[in-house]
Amino acid sequence: MQTFLEFEKPIQNIIEQIEKLKEVAALGAVDVQPTLRDLEKKLADTRTEIYANLSPWERVQVSRHPDRPYTLKYIEAITDGTFVEVHGDRTVKDDKAMVGGFGLVKGRTVMFVGQQKGINTKMRQYRNFGMANPEGYRKALRLMKLAEKFNKPVVTIIDTPGAFPGLEAEERGQGEAIARNLFEMMRLRVPVICVVIGEGASGGALGIGIGDKVLMLENTWYSVISPESCSSILWRSWDYKAQAAQALKLTAKDMLANKLIDGIIPEPVGGAHADVEGACRNVKAEVVKWLEKLAKTDPDKLVERRIKKFCEMGVVEKAKPTPKAKS
Amino acid sequence: MGWFTRTKEGITTSTEEKKETPEGLWYKCPECDEIVTSEDHENNLWVCPKCEHHEKIGSDEYFALLFDDQRYTELGADLVAGDPLGFVDTKPYKERLAKSRQGSGLNDALRAAEGKLDKRTVVISCMDFRFIGGSMGSVVGEKIAIAADQAMKRKCPLVIISKSGGARMMEAGFSLMQMAKTSAKLTQLAAKRLPYISVLTDPTTGGVTASFAMLGDLNIAEPKALIGFAGPRVVKETIGTDLPKGFQTSEFVLEHGFLDLIVHRKDLKAKLSQFITFFQS
Repeated sequence: MQTFLEFEKPIQNIIEQIEKLKEVAALGAVDVQPTLRDLEKKLADTRTEIYANLSPWERVQVSRHPDRPYTLKYIEAITDGTFVEVHGDRTVKDDKAMVGGFGLVKGRTVMFVGQQKGINTKMRQYRNFGMANPEGYRKALRLMKLAEKFNKPVVTIIDTPGAFPGLEAEERGQGEAIARNLFEMMRLRVPVICVVIGEGASGGALGIGIGDKVLMLENTWYSVISPESCSSILWRSWDYKAQAAQALKLTAKDMLANKLIDGIIPEPVGGAHADVEGACRNVKAEVVKWLEKLAKTDPDKLVERRIKKFCEMGVVEKAKPTPKAKS
Repeated sequence: MGWFTRTKEGITTSTEEKKETPEGLWYKCPECDEIVTSEDHENNLWVCPKCEHHEKIGSDEYFALLFDDQRYTELGADLVAGDPLGFVDTKPYKERLAKSRQGSGLNDALRAAEGKLDKRTVVISCMDFRFIGGSMGSVVGEKIAIAADQAMKRKCPLVIISKSGGARMMEAGFSLMQMAKTSAKLTQLAAKRLPYISVLTDPTTGGVTASFAMLGDLNIAEPKALIGFAGPRVVKETIGTDLPKGFQTSEFVLEHGFLDLIVHRKDLKAKLSQFITFFQS
């Protein structure tokens, strides 16, 4: 059963018409081929049109679409099924919202880490909705340090509504865990590629988001706060999420224009959920490309450039000096 | 019959002769309701003499408290926020900035300065909560970068006094990346083996906690400060029950292993000096 978002209703209508037509065709009485061709063309056109004009808030909705592929799906695709998940932060427990492990990309070992959302109600709870606890960030760091030790590149896959804001998360130092990751990823002496595949919410996303190439899929968002929370804080109401999404400039296009990310990975027409294989292919191609390009870079250079890149982010101005009064 | 007899009829003082009590002569502690004169409160470094509640103070006060002879050179003082996103919520960000600058007399939520602490050169950055809740935007990130660069130039320790509600929403992606930027500068400081002491004061939350505030070679805090990643209200909503007493206080964070020490404001300079001695002797 496919899920359709509010603005996808025209797409849903056509798909339903096609299905009905196919039922009629199964009876064998009428030739439906011409009509079917027309409808399929109409479907493609409608998808293209709707997806060419998505508002920021609609993109946020697409980024959370329940049929979208999640982290493990991409990792499986990138590694052609050679991925082996490993567990635990060696201190507290194994965080199911953060996954990680080795895989082979074109015969070379790569370390993968990423937030994992659940694919159904039961799994969503098991994965804590992709909201990692401190042990998740510490597991990610352990694996990245392991990769560094054996000189293997790191790929992080980002998809989280935020770091988990629970009581135990505070007790175990959520802030420290994220801060430590920023610090250590910044000086990791192997290539790091980060891909936002869904939601990139705030510190929880950035906690595995320091890389030489930070890429976003076309219909994802990345910002300091979710549009809903931003609306509730600045407008003191939940009703301004569309305005907040607009104001936050959180889409891939805006983030690239502001030089806060390094590139955009296109999604198939109709979003990653309309063509999962296609989305995986696109992500794989980009990741392979950057792994190859970065493989030869000297580690000192890599770290130096990474630090420089993040240090250049931000916009400040000089205050106009107050004109001296003439005496 | 009454016990007392009025000798005069009603209030006879004329309006002109009325004696007004000037505003701000007294300070009432929000924790224990103790009332002291503002002068005594200030002389006690804005700490309640009864319950030791540390009132929020700003960069002016901390610089005066820590730098020898209250002398220091400010770094990047003229930096102000741009408005790269043209952010508008219920009012434009530009307006908020102008109002905050006017109201506080500050250019942004952090000031950095170089000076001497017990005759040794240090760079101290200090946040100001009065400026949009001490929120971290591009200026805060840039000034921490400048402070770190200056510490590297002088080969001296860096102290950052945090006091912040977190990232500045009106700079969205830019403010998020200040967490990365400040952490990046601290890796450079670490590579040069220069000490960084983080001082956490009330409140230190959000993106500031999740970046430079928790990255000190030593993390020290003032007593009973609110320190956390998620705000208490958010945590309460998440768990659906009341929060335990003392949750997210300095004492709580120390017990859970994320602070080295809690220091009373009156001892702050002496303790910083002592630690700098440990690093340099």
